[in-house]
Order: sequence, then structure tokens, then C-alpha cells
Amino acid sequence: MNQWKNFSKGFIKENPVFVLVLGMCPTLGVTSSAINGLGMGLATAFVLMMSNVVISLVKNVIPEKVRIPSFIVIIAAFVTIVQLAMQAYLPSLYKSLGLFIPLIVVNCIVLGRAEAFASKNNVISSAIDGLGIGLGFSFALVLLGSIREILGSGRIFNITLYSENYVTLLFVLSPGAFIVLGYLIAVINRFNK
Amino acid sequence: MAKRESTFTNMVVTLLLVTGIAATALGYVYDLTKGPIAAAKLKAQQEAITKVLPEFERLGDSYKVPAELGADSLEFFPAYNGEDLIGIAIKTYTKKGFNGFVSVMAGIDQNGNFSNYVVLENNETPGLGSKMNDWFKNPEKPKQNVLGKSPKTTKFQVSKDGGDIDAITASTISSRAFLDAMERAYTSYEKNLETNSGTTGN
Repeated sequence: MNQWKNFSKGFIKENPVFVLVLGMCPTLGVTSSAINGLGMGLATAFVLMMSNVVISLVKNVIPEKVRIPSFIVIIAAFVTIVQLAMQAYLPSLYKSLGLFIPLIVVNCIVLGRAEAFASKNNVISSAIDGLGIGLGFSFALVLLGSIREILGSGRIFNITLYSENYVTLLFVLSPGAFIVLGYLIAVINRFNK
Repeated sequence: MAKRESTFTNMVVTLLLVTGIAATALGYVYDLTKGPIAAAKLKAQQEAITKVLPEFERLGDSYKVPAELGADSLEFFPAYNGEDLIGIAIKTYTKKGFNGFVSVMAGIDQNGNFSNYVVLENNETPGLGSKMNDWFKNPEKPKQNVLGKSPKTTKFQVSKDGGDIDAITASTISSRAFLDAMERAYTSYEKNLETNSGTTGN
């Protein structure tokens, strides 16, 4: 597989949210605004890429039977690093994402790529795969977050588009996340065929 | 290179190594970010204090006052102009929010009225309860505004419960929680004033 295909597959063809339908918890939870989606997506992308690299480096020295616990420890270490760094340098973003940052550990996209890709491929392919899937995830979250923010609070990236009196509050709440996600999956599937 | 076999020793050694390296890396990062995290927290707190009080020259030492309602204590930040106490910022909280804990920095001026407030922490529903950030300080809507008022003269309850403050539309619970936090700040403030009267000066 050439590397460009390896990278770009994360956006549409194998998009973790719209096609693989993985990592639904943060997808539905944090996308009440575009900026939250972006922060969450990039944090996950970083973890995904770093853990993919490390796992593909150590894949041969880790015995088969303890592979999952080892992967989880590696992933958890990177997540904690992201959490500490965000708390130190981006406190306001950390405040709005809060609980969802530690939850990246159990995001099935990360472990899924470790199992399905990084433990079978070389370092460079794994890094590119992690970056591609991670950015695809960010793309999905930003798209979802933007639509919900525009419809639900009349803003995009905190820039007011129209008066709050005309917003459909539902889209900022949980049902809105499901509705928007459903339509997006339908549209993406239509074009993937 | 062939995959290592899953013998007992191999597994134990691998897991030990993996966790050991991870722990070392985390310890290092923790050490690196400890300072900036503390600084960021302090900065957020300072900004909140400056926002909720009238202009002041210097902050006195903060002190803790046991909360009148509830077990935890509240933190008081007195602010001075020269030697005159011009206001106290109080870090107050409530556990009655729609999603539990809400923390508010409330400023009380010399006259014992709320000068301003900043919601420090909340998990209220975005677009509904989270409106408390601005709702209660809208000067154009006197019935929902809490600034310049105090629980002494105004009943700090939502109008639905017989109080004098209009709740956020469709978020009565969050509004009750907010007023609860404000009232807690005021009760402790008053109590603290009583105990300290006679021992003025600092």
C-alpha cells in the first residue's frame, strides 16, 4: 500500500467515526462545539500516532499473551502526558474537555489501530496510519461539532452567526449529537459506495 | 526477529519493563509540568478575583472560613485600597447543580452587596444551565440580576420557589444551585463579620 493512501484513508474511506463507527463516547460527548471537537481530535491524534510508533517498535519483544495489557499501559502513559501538558499550557481547553481526556485511554480507535495495524506493520507506516486516522477523527469531530454549534447556539468557533433567539437548543444536547451523526453517516456512506 | 514466546518469565519481565518505563516517563513529565499547572491555576484564580471585585490595590492573605451550610470551608480573599478593606472575593460552591458540583467566585463589596461573580467550574448542560455564566449579571433584566443585591434585602431563591430572582429559562435546577452557592458565600461572610467585629485592622 502506498503511504499516501495509507494516510488519506482515515478521512473518508476508513474514517473512524463515520465508517468504522469507533470511539462513539467522545464523539457524542464533546462535540457540543467545534473547538471542543478540534481539541479532542488533536489530542487523540497525538496519542494515536505516538502509541502506534512505540507499539510497532516493541511489537516483537512483547509476548503474545501480555500484548493487550502492554499496549494499554503504553497508551495510558501517552494520554497522561497529553493531560498534564494540556492542563499546564491550555487550561481553558482542559477545563471544557475535562473528563474526556483520560477517557482517550479506552477509546477503541487507539487500541484498535494498535492491534489491527501497528502490531503488524513497520514504524513509518504505523506513524502515518496513526496520523491519518487521528486527523480523520479530528475532521469528523470538527464537522460534527460545527454543525451542532451552528444549529444549537448560532455560532461557529465562538463567532456569532445569528441571534440566540432562533437556535434549536436540541442540537447542543445529547439527542442532537445522535441526529447529526446519523445524517452524516448516511451522507458519507452515499459517497463511499 | 521472531516474536518472543509467552513463557512466564518473559511475560513478567516484559510487563515489568513496560510499566517501569511508562512510570519513569510520567514522573519526568509530571515534574516538568508541575510548575506551569500551578501557575495556570493561580492565574485563573487571580483573574477571577480581579473580575468580581471593584478595583483594588492589593490582596490580603486569603483565609478559610467554615461554610455555614455544608461541611467544606470557603476560601476568602480580602482586597484592600491602602488600609481600607474594599471587598472580599469568596470562592463558594454548591453540590446541587444539575450535574453536581458548581464552583463560583463571588465578590462582596464594602456595603455587603454582591459586586460580581464568575462561575469557575460547572458541568451544567451547555446552552441551558451553563447560561449561569452571564444570566445573573444582566443589568437590563433587574429581575434576574444579582449584582448590587444581597440576601439581606433580596430573597435569593428562584421566583418559582417564592424568591425574588428569575431562574434561567428551562433550567430551574441550575438556577437554584447557583443561588445556593451565592447564599452560602453570603452566610459565611456575615458569620465571619460577626466573629471578627471588634478585632478590625490587620
